[in-house]
Amino acid sequence: MSLRGAGYIVGAWEHPTRKATDKSVTLLHAECAKGALDDAGLTKDDVDGYYCAGDAPGLGPMSMIDYMGLKVRHMDSTDVGGSSYQVAVGHALEAIQAGRVNVALITLAGRPRSEGQATGTAPRAGSPAQPEMQFEYPYGPATANMYAMCAMRHMYEYGTTSEQLAWIKVAASHHAQYNPHAMLRDVVTVEDVVKSPMVASPLHRLDCCVISDGGGALIVTKPEIAKSLKRPLVKVIGVGEAPKNQMGGEVDLVYSAARWSGPPAWEMAGIKPSDIKYASIYDSFTITVLMQLEDLGFCEKGQGGKFVSDGNLISGVGKLPFNTDGGGLCSNHPANRGGITKIIEAVRQLRGEAHPAVQVPNCDLAIAHGTGGSLGTRHVGSTVILERE
Amino acid sequence: MAYVQRKIPFVGTPDTNPETKPFFDAAAQGKLLLPQCKATGKYIWYPRGISPFTLGPVEWKEVSGKGKIYTYSVMERANPPYCIAYVELAEGPKMMTNIIDIDFKDVKIGMDVTLKFIQCEGDGPAMPFFAPA
Repeated sequence: MSLRGAGYIVGAWEHPTRKATDKSVTLLHAECAKGALDDAGLTKDDVDGYYCAGDAPGLGPMSMIDYMGLKVRHMDSTDVGGSSYQVAVGHALEAIQAGRVNVALITLAGRPRSEGQATGTAPRAGSPAQPEMQFEYPYGPATANMYAMCAMRHMYEYGTTSEQLAWIKVAASHHAQYNPHAMLRDVVTVEDVVKSPMVASPLHRLDCCVISDGGGALIVTKPEIAKSLKRPLVKVIGVGEAPKNQMGGEVDLVYSAARWSGPPAWEMAGIKPSDIKYASIYDSFTITVLMQLEDLGFCEKGQGGKFVSDGNLISGVGKLPFNTDGGGLCSNHPANRGGITKIIEAVRQLRGEAHPAVQVPNCDLAIAHGTGGSLGTRHVGSTVILERE
Repeated sequence: MAYVQRKIPFVGTPDTNPETKPFFDAAAQGKLLLPQCKATGKYIWYPRGISPFTLGPVEWKEVSGKGKIYTYSVMERANPPYCIAYVELAEGPKMMTNIIDIDFKDVKIGMDVTLKFIQCEGDGPAMPFFAPA
């Protein structure tokens, strides 16, 4: 049975903090939960399903369930990095459809900025039991150079340029100027981006997302409850999830897992990319956006550079308004995971609650796609398509 | 940007995962040994004791150490900078590595490269790197 319409997002809340030196990660999670419940008009006692990922302290969901005093009958802590929250929406729908959950709470929070993590440029040693670790860590794989290798190959195969990638950041900055919580609110130019210091060639400093504290939460519920609440109805009409990796050495870095997570979501939704009015696209780096747009079918493979150029992603200017909160490139990237804020801004757009300067008129169909992990090694793409009912 | 050799880190020991010890034993002798899927004949990266193509057995085989750069990135923020890459081996698989012994401005996709071993810091194992052929 299709999951189309099995659940509605009735609560969506983003923490306004970008630097939380005075709060723990668990408190941030709980504040986000309360914010999303208040937004929905529900209380914690209505929650009977809880979903989190690796940013939640403790073993799986257990510590957070204890800390927040939840009583649940279904839980999931699938951790695939920044796209875990798109995955959680899909898993919540399955549980709702199966009658296992009425009200699902999804939380994300973290404070890498306060904790001073050199998130993108420092290789992180994991356990040597992680099977690839001994064969990758010696070579210095950080976050930035993994995505950079994808960009380098994309440029080689398709002629994509740094200036084209820069347009993605330019569009994000046009939106961020209206977001009072955004870390970077100055509008930048293509020249600003390509003249910013090189981090990992060919990616410059302004091709990279910010490092921020913060968090967010979502409430997903069944149609009967959604329709009893006083919020605009945002229906989940398509979900998809897919991993992509090195495939035993048959590495191909010019496409992302969106090539596989997108089609089942489009099919479930019964719509096509040209129907979408607003797109939240994971923006850890500019190249992430470009590849996902191609792989989701917004343009032909290899044509992403042309597609994003000349302001095509700027709300009110281009054909596909994207990340109207400023996204990870300008607003925030809480816990180094941008998936949940992608869904939250899509919900704002569908409700008509985005900033008036970036609100898409008659926004009735939106997509929120995430890429978690590393585009250069192993990652999971997850797609959520939403409809304003 | 001139090449400066950096210290190469390593986690665990060559026998942390017992089935990949043949890789490290061969590396100590200056040879690159990779698992080959017995059913498909495909060489596998990264090394492991079972084929990801069939979940069937593998056989350890020495490869030529010749390859071409598939993609790369120079981490200019690091001190010293280093050039991470995937090299497509003559035998097929693409492996993660670093490009060494070259001015980084001269690194190009498609460039022929050849194998060179460097020992990891703290008496760690030798690991395969690639220099211009």
